[in-house]
Amino acid sequence: MKKLTMVQAISDALRTALATDPTVVVLGEDVGKNGGVFRATEGLWQEFGDERVIDTPLAEAGIIGTSIGMAVNGLKPVPEIQFMGFIYPAFEQIVTHAARLRTRTQGAFPATLTIRAPYGGGIRAPELHCDSTESLFVHIPGLKVVTPSTPYDAKGLLLAAIKDPDPVIFLEPMKLYRSVKQEVPDGWYEVPIGKARKVRDGEDVTLIAWGTMVPVAEAAANEWAAKGVSCDVLDLRSLYPLDEEAIIESVKKTGRVVIVHEAPKTAGLAGELTALINEHAFLYLEAPITRVTGYDAPVPMYALEDWFRPDAKRVSKAIQQVVSF
Amino acid sequence: MKLEQLERETAWVRHLSPEGELTEQGRKFWDSLSVERKKDFYRWMSYIRMFDRRSVILQRQGRIGTYAPLEGQEAAQVGSALALGKEDWIFPSYREHGVAMIAGMPLPQIFLYWMGRVEGCKPPEGVRLLPPSVPIATQIPHAVGAAWASKLKKERSVAVAYFGDGATSEGDFHEACNFAGVFKVPAILFCQNNGYAISVPFSRQSASETVAQKAAAYNFPGIRVDGNDVLAVYDVMTQAVERARAGQGPTLIEAVTYRKGNHTTADDATRYRPEQEVTEWVERRDPLERYVKLMKAEGLLTDEEMAEWEEECKERVDRGIREAEASVPAPPPHLFAHVYAEPGANELRQIKELEEMGGSGK
Ligand SMILES: Cc1ncc(C[n+]2csc(CCOP(=O)(O)OP(=O)(O)O)c2C)c(N)n1
Repeated sequence: MKKLTMVQAISDALRTALATDPTVVVLGEDVGKNGGVFRATEGLWQEFGDERVIDTPLAEAGIIGTSIGMAVNGLKPVPEIQFMGFIYPAFEQIVTHAARLRTRTQGAFPATLTIRAPYGGGIRAPELHCDSTESLFVHIPGLKVVTPSTPYDAKGLLLAAIKDPDPVIFLEPMKLYRSVKQEVPDGWYEVPIGKARKVRDGEDVTLIAWGTMVPVAEAAANEWAAKGVSCDVLDLRSLYPLDEEAIIESVKKTGRVVIVHEAPKTAGLAGELTALINEHAFLYLEAPITRVTGYDAPVPMYALEDWFRPDAKRVSKAIQQVVSF
Repeated sequence: MKLEQLERETAWVRHLSPEGELTEQGRKFWDSLSVERKKDFYRWMSYIRMFDRRSVILQRQGRIGTYAPLEGQEAAQVGSALALGKEDWIFPSYREHGVAMIAGMPLPQIFLYWMGRVEGCKPPEGVRLLPPSVPIATQIPHAVGAAWASKLKKERSVAVAYFGDGATSEGDFHEACNFAGVFKVPAILFCQNNGYAISVPFSRQSASETVAQKAAAYNFPGIRVDGNDVLAVYDVMTQAVERARAGQGPTLIEAVTYRKGNHTTADDATRYRPEQEVTEWVERRDPLERYVKLMKAEGLLTDEEMAEWEEECKERVDRGIREAEASVPAPPPHLFAHVYAEPGANELRQIKELEEMGGSGK
């Protein structure tokens, strides 16, 4: 096994998929010769050639629209959108076609594609590069939305997404691209879509997070562990479908919940999770469910970004709130 | 962009050769210009180059964030921007710091933008310059809309959208062109074709030989110009502005140029550009050097004057950085400033929470 960063693990997943399945194609802006702006497709163009790893014109609607057509005609495209903040030109194609084609053709022509997009902040990127608007996609029936927080999960989830018969939005937390290295198996393995990862076991509070917020939640959990409060930390990994079982089971055990996400609060995923918990475990709750999220303001330019993104201090405060309720 | 492709292309406007010699047409145009204007071209191009080189260094020093260099594109920016008036609207992309400076954006503001501070987006009163558009091509319809409004309001102002060759692949570009043509608005769509959209060469961006020819589909003029020739750019832009003011509708201008450096400070252009091509553009086709040759040959510029001007530019740039760095950072609740005309109960509650977390900035 090799030790890889998340971005290397993603690259490894793409290489494995291209080598294993001749119908897989990788396409997008700068994914070929340049190996992707984050080097996620490094070396693939050289290895698999211009018809499997394709530099496209700068046109997101075109990239996703043609990927849908490719999928209909038997390929498994893995289009890259350079940053999630630039996915909006393709929104129409994703929402009105990728998501609905299976229903509209009653299963005849599903859009089997995996859209990769880096997202989230914390890397001092220019304006608009740091959006975290996963709930826009989670809201759309017909799409699956996943996001890893470790190199191991990144490779396994991406391979599961590529194999998945439905359109999957695969969101890559930029902040974690190179933050840690982890042993990643060679060859094909899958991390199942729809299953959360238990990051750490605890009895007193359930912390729910995903993507870049997982290490933030872990840091807060560490702090409280020293004070004798143990947190059950869940990395959802799959935002749609949700691992309802893992969430409910944890809540029933702890009775206290803090949900952490980088996206703005209003109509963010934490609201949905709160409703889900109310529906299935209301009588187990010992305190109101607390959300720690980005603010209801546009993601700021980098001078203020550290104030926008939840940090361990804000999560800690929320833990304090739910344990002392 | 392939050199042969460029050399093959004869249907472009050029007044000044890379050797600093005026063409026949160029000589006529030159003679029509005032000495002050001739000096403006040199002054702005060299000032902007100095600003640009300093910015790359500031990024390396960690004093500004990721930066998009423009070196090599000075003639395209200076020639086009100097043809505009105060009443005209500018919708730039993220590489038009030169245009912004000419439009009247103070240097400290431009630095603030690259320091990740939204305050840097706000132009002074009376400057009709929008903030850099980061998503590609999305500003082009805005320029068409602003031009359309001028037409409906019977004003004489024109609106210019600046964008790169990559932008011409986006739907927004085509929709904007179509509106501009259908409603015959006083818009100028100014493409700096620097040959690449990050790593993707124009040949992979578009199957058409030129950007300019795309205008034909929308039934307005498309003009190709040597974008490293400040005189030719100024000439074609002036004509486009006049046509627009006279109610004759939009123009698409393709200024053929080259960015000498990386796409941004986060990019490595050696991965995708052939060395020989870079050398050709950097060493032989430089827009500033060819203009300096002409100015000197015409007796309008001496080495002493150049040294003096460079000294002055250096001071201006230094002052700009100093002022930007000395400006007090906005406190965290500034996250919410201007999100709505008036913050509502939800925003006020979140501002309070932010302050309780120590984010008052006090
Ligand atoms: C909608 C959108 N997609 C992708 C990007 C990422 N991106 C930033 S600049 C760039 C290339 C732009 O090339 P071009 O339009 O030729 O302008 P240039 O940078 O050469 O001036 C890309 C793909 C973006 N900013 N916006």
